[in-house]
Amino acid sequence: MRKWKGTFALLFLLAVSWLLIVSSVAFVELIAGAVAIVVIVLLTHRSRDLFGGLRLSLKALLFTPIYLMVFLWQLIRSNLDIARRVLSPSLPINPGIVKVQTQLQSSLGKLILANSITLTPGTLTLDVEGSSLYVHWVDVKGTDADAATQSIVAGFERTLMEVVE
Amino acid sequence: MVILGNILIFIGSLFLALGGLGLIRMPDVYNRLQAGTKATTLGAMGVILGSAFLAPEMLTKAVLLIVFIAMANPVSSSTIGRSAYKGGVPLASRSVRDDWEKEEAAE
Repeated sequence: MRKWKGTFALLFLLAVSWLLIVSSVAFVELIAGAVAIVVIVLLTHRSRDLFGGLRLSLKALLFTPIYLMVFLWQLIRSNLDIARRVLSPSLPINPGIVKVQTQLQSSLGKLILANSITLTPGTLTLDVEGSSLYVHWVDVKGTDADAATQSIVAGFERTLMEVVE
Repeated sequence: MVILGNILIFIGSLFLALGGLGLIRMPDVYNRLQAGTKATTLGAMGVILGSAFLAPEMLTKAVLLIVFIAMANPVSSSTIGRSAYKGGVPLASRSVRDDWEKEEAAE
C-alpha cells in the first residue's frame, strides 16, 4: 500500500513538473512526457517507497507552504550569517561536528530534514545514520547533545512532521 | 519589472561573490562547503528569478529550476562533506568538537 502511494506520488510530481516545463497540452508533448515518466518510474522502481512517507491530508497540504516559507527565511538568514562571518577580519568561527537526533521515521522526512539543515545558518549535514544526523556546525554552542538537537533540528521538525511521517 | 529583475540579479551575484570569498577565507573543507552551498543556492535562485522577471515567458521554468536547485544543492554538498570525512580529511585545528570521531573510535 505504502509502495503504491510512493509510486502514485512520484507519478503525480513528474506529471506536474513535465506540464510546467513544456507549458502546453499538445498531444505530442503529452505522449513524450508519458513515455519519459514511465521510464523514470521503472528506473526508480527499487526505491519506490521513498515518496510513501508523504502524508496525504488537508493539514499536510496546509503545512507545505508554511514549511517552504520557514525554509526560505532560514536560507536568507543563513546567507547573511555566512556573509557576516566571511567579511569580518577576525573570521569568527567556532566549528565542530555534532550528533543530533530526529524523530522523523520515513527516509523522505530525513532527506528533507537533512537538506533543510544544510541550508540553515551555520549547519551542514554530513551523514544520516538511523535516527541520528551528523552535522557540521560553524559556531558550536555548548557541549550538550540535547541542546544541539534543540537548536538545530527542533524548529524544522515540528512543521515537517505535519507533512511527512 | 526590469528594475526589479536587475536588482534580484545583482543581489544574487553579490551572494555568489561572497560565497567565493568564503571559499578562500574558510580554513577547511567543511567550512568552505558551508559558505559555498548556502551562497550558491541563494545566489543562483536570485539570478534565475531575476532573469525570469526580465523574460516573463520563462517564469514557470525558472520556478522549476529553483526547486531543483534547492533539492540538489544540499544533497551534493552533504555527499562531498561525507566523502571528505570518510576519506580522512581533517577538521581545521580551531575546531572545538567532533562527535563523529568519538563514535568511530568507540566502534
